[in-house]
Amino acid sequence: MLRLEKRPAPSRFWSASAPILAVVLTMIAGGILFAFLGKNPVEAIRTIFWDPIFGEFAFYYRGQLLVKAAPLILIAIGLSLGFRAGIWNIGAEGQYIMGAIFGAGAGLAFYPSDSFLIFPLMIVAGAFGGWIWAMIPAILKTRFGTNEILVSLMLVYVAEAILASMSSGLLRNPDGMGFPGSRNFKEFPAAHNDFIIEAAGIHWGVVFAFLAVISTYVLLSRHLLGFQIRLTGESPRAARFAGVNPSLLIVFCLGLSGALAGLAGLFEVSGPAGQISIDFNSGYGFTAIIVAFLGRLNPIGILLAGLLMALTYIGGEAAQGNLGLPAAAIQLLQGMLLFFLLAVDVLSNFRIRRTKNEVA
Amino acid sequence: MDFSAINPLVLLASIMVASTPIVLAAIGELVVEKAGVLNLGVEGMMITGAVCGFVAAVLSGSPTVGFIAAAIGGALLSLLFGILTQFLQSNQVATGLALTLFGLGLSALVGQGYVGIKAPPTPDIHIPLLADIPVIGRIVFQHDLMVYFSIALIGVVWAVLKYSRIGLILRAVGENHDAAHALGYKVVRIRLLAIMFGGACAGLGGAYLSLIRVPQWTEGMTAGAGWIALAIVVFASWRPWRVLLGAYLFGGVTVLQLNLQAAGIAIPVEYLSMSPYLITILVLVIMSSNRNRAALGAPAALGRSFHASS
Amino acid sequence: MRITSILAGAALALGLAGGAIAQDKTKVGFVFVGPVGDGGWTYEHNQGRLAIEAEFGDKVETVFQENVPEGADAERVMTQMALGGADLIFTTSFGYMDQTLAVAAKFPNVKFEHATGYKRSDNVSTYSARFYEGRAVQGHIAGKMTKTNKIGYIASFPIPEVIRGINSAYIHAKRVNPDVEFSVVWAYTWFDPAKEADAAKALIEQGADVILQHTDSTAPLAAAEQTEGVIGFGQASDMSEYAPAPRVSSIIDNWAPYYVARTKAVMDGTWTSVDTWDGISAGMVKIGEITDAVPADVKAEALALAASIASGDYEPFTGPLNKQDGSAWLAAGETADDGTLAGMSFYVEGLTGDVPN
Repeated sequence: MLRLEKRPAPSRFWSASAPILAVVLTMIAGGILFAFLGKNPVEAIRTIFWDPIFGEFAFYYRGQLLVKAAPLILIAIGLSLGFRAGIWNIGAEGQYIMGAIFGAGAGLAFYPSDSFLIFPLMIVAGAFGGWIWAMIPAILKTRFGTNEILVSLMLVYVAEAILASMSSGLLRNPDGMGFPGSRNFKEFPAAHNDFIIEAAGIHWGVVFAFLAVISTYVLLSRHLLGFQIRLTGESPRAARFAGVNPSLLIVFCLGLSGALAGLAGLFEVSGPAGQISIDFNSGYGFTAIIVAFLGRLNPIGILLAGLLMALTYIGGEAAQGNLGLPAAAIQLLQGMLLFFLLAVDVLSNFRIRRTKNEVA
Repeated sequence: MDFSAINPLVLLASIMVASTPIVLAAIGELVVEKAGVLNLGVEGMMITGAVCGFVAAVLSGSPTVGFIAAAIGGALLSLLFGILTQFLQSNQVATGLALTLFGLGLSALVGQGYVGIKAPPTPDIHIPLLADIPVIGRIVFQHDLMVYFSIALIGVVWAVLKYSRIGLILRAVGENHDAAHALGYKVVRIRLLAIMFGGACAGLGGAYLSLIRVPQWTEGMTAGAGWIALAIVVFASWRPWRVLLGAYLFGGVTVLQLNLQAAGIAIPVEYLSMSPYLITILVLVIMSSNRNRAALGAPAALGRSFHASS
Repeated sequence: MRITSILAGAALALGLAGGAIAQDKTKVGFVFVGPVGDGGWTYEHNQGRLAIEAEFGDKVETVFQENVPEGADAERVMTQMALGGADLIFTTSFGYMDQTLAVAAKFPNVKFEHATGYKRSDNVSTYSARFYEGRAVQGHIAGKMTKTNKIGYIASFPIPEVIRGINSAYIHAKRVNPDVEFSVVWAYTWFDPAKEADAAKALIEQGADVILQHTDSTAPLAAAEQTEGVIGFGQASDMSEYAPAPRVSSIIDNWAPYYVARTKAVMDGTWTSVDTWDGISAGMVKIGEITDAVPADVKAEALALAASIASGDYEPFTGPLNKQDGSAWLAAGETADDGTLAGMSFYVEGLTGDVPN
């Protein structure tokens, strides 16, 4: 019989090497899957995991990794604080949409001005949009005790309806021949979130993502608020004795995660996506929840998890395009990767022991 | 504007059909959560059930076989979640989300050859006498079997949780797994069974979509129904009959808004299309403000992993 | 160095180095917004891709990517295809417009074809189908077939393409049946089978006995099948599995001839940037078989209508036509210009309800 024995402290060796083991296991399982689908497994795995970083066109893909990872990281960082304190914001997707709408709206209101103040204004408006959308579940929770999971999730669908309405109504491009979708920010330089270093894929959203990682790291390890967040998550009762105001913490955590999701939406809409459109959102807010947990709610972990998720997206696209793998197979592979990553975590927290079958 | 075009009886009958997938998935998830496990993979299990049920029904020609296969498919997929969270102690939130991703991919692969095929029809059962009662007969007694099954299932879950020993154990495990373990209950085994029950129910809900409500197979056809089911469990404060209420309320507003549009009621479409979500929030706020916090409570051990140290 | 120049350099290098290999095979890429198994929009584009393979066999290689979100992802997918040596790339959703232009600017040697858009450049063509021509035939059949005089219409989003279809169907239903009424439900989705089924049921329960749809799944047909005497039409794809009833006919997006012709043009070196908006005459819009559920005389009229549209003798939007508010739009005998049609955002006289926004 095999038995798990809890380690007094997580193993450093396994904490570092378990993710690598998971990736290797995914490659094996994925290879078997691809072979079943009639593709060359080695080639498929290389296309997904190797080529985007080291392959022929890596000069392009490396930058794209950051473009894809930045919104995931930015949202996941905000979510992780709330998750640590046991505050469940499942609706980051809605806050992301509202951030994009507010930010884009603020910019488009001044079209075609070239004032240098427009982009900063959009950043503020984007953060505000996400923040105000997250304040709805926060206030309902603190005032009426309404469950924030349900409210934040329902508000995603409301935000989607607003997005559809905005892109075919108020924010529609007046020069767009009646088609839905706003003006493209590429044609509005003062409001365009252009690449700062194009070859590296760095735009303002990437900069903010890195800033968020660093400041959260500092907050959690050095600041009283970080301590309160951790304490509330581990023991709500002890936290109350320590003088933590739970309502304030809810408002802070939801508000911050909303603002960061809103920022992610603003940077995406004014940069890589380019415009508000009916289907502008593509599920970053939900994927970010996975990223947050994959990174063990730790800022550095989230940074790495975001990059890894981005790699599977970009490599997966390449495998579809070059090898004709169906999109479903890539989704399946992502699911497997997550399963393996989560499963091998057991090695860092537990020791596996062989036990003799005791005779009762 | 013409309200008279909407026949309330027909509307009620449609609401029951539209809500059944959510009822099934939500009551399954309720049992899982009562056992202290949070499985966010409902959407993935539903879509897997939808494809398994559809494929089996097409191959066998029998919807019944389809529903059985859907329940098995959903349960097997949930077992994956069970093994990861119960034996390997993985984080439940992340594992559940991964399960959704996995289920969506798996179902699309399995269903590749089944797009554009028709499922064998499921007959409505016409209960003699009862179905002929004026007014009520039409609403209540002329559906397919699964509508009744879903309501019966709510009743069974309610009775079992409230009155039986199994229910007591399940709740004990969900409230305090360490105490339940100390009393000699097999926490992990009970939770695994609950998880598989939840998977089977979600699978049935998915198959109801692909075999009766839509009925056909298309990739991604659950389109978020699993998330709504999760929300309904919270909405219901983990009480079985309120799951039925919540699901019918949500399904009701969804169907009603389409009916209002069809009748040409002059409310802007955008507001109508967000109404199911807003009304669900509103009702929950009203309910939660009238009640003391303790009564709202989720199972105390919800989402926490259990490891027997001895 | 800006990445634009790196990309251009890479493209150039590929063009030169790959020249020897690429000579014998033309590579054609497709960017799809939905899954190829959606049974509607993307399915038909994929049929067009398969037609290219069938036509040219070993001389072409096709690649495709499904479920590509509009936005940054689309731009990356196109770049990836161009880097991978594609000679011709079809981008098959309106929302890919700006991305297509942006990537095309970086790869001047790759030809792009963008569906349903209106922006072109030296290496970007646009193409679209005059789906409303099919709607005219559909409206005619619907007006003749309805017994309740109530026709249900499941619309997706309030965009010109959809509004054009509603108007065209309404005009031709009204012409053969002055009592006809249209009831439009906006589903705010292109593809959500459960919601489409619910919408169809709501319409049927309120007395509609003909269901027209501008959403992509077959769910409305499946819903129609459950009520005796209700008919519907295949949308974008033939959906013949629901024939002879409830599906009495269909409007098919037939991209294959265009795709084959454009691929041939690239092979021959005769490709130029064009704007194509073809309908029944060019075979881009096809009327699926009209089944025996439709009386023979109605079928003959419908076919005659389709033939007159194909021959150019008749335009679906021919005056006298007024806008919904009663103001004059087209004088007697006047036909609508393409510019107005492309940006259509108003209902014609007689339709009830408002276009959202």
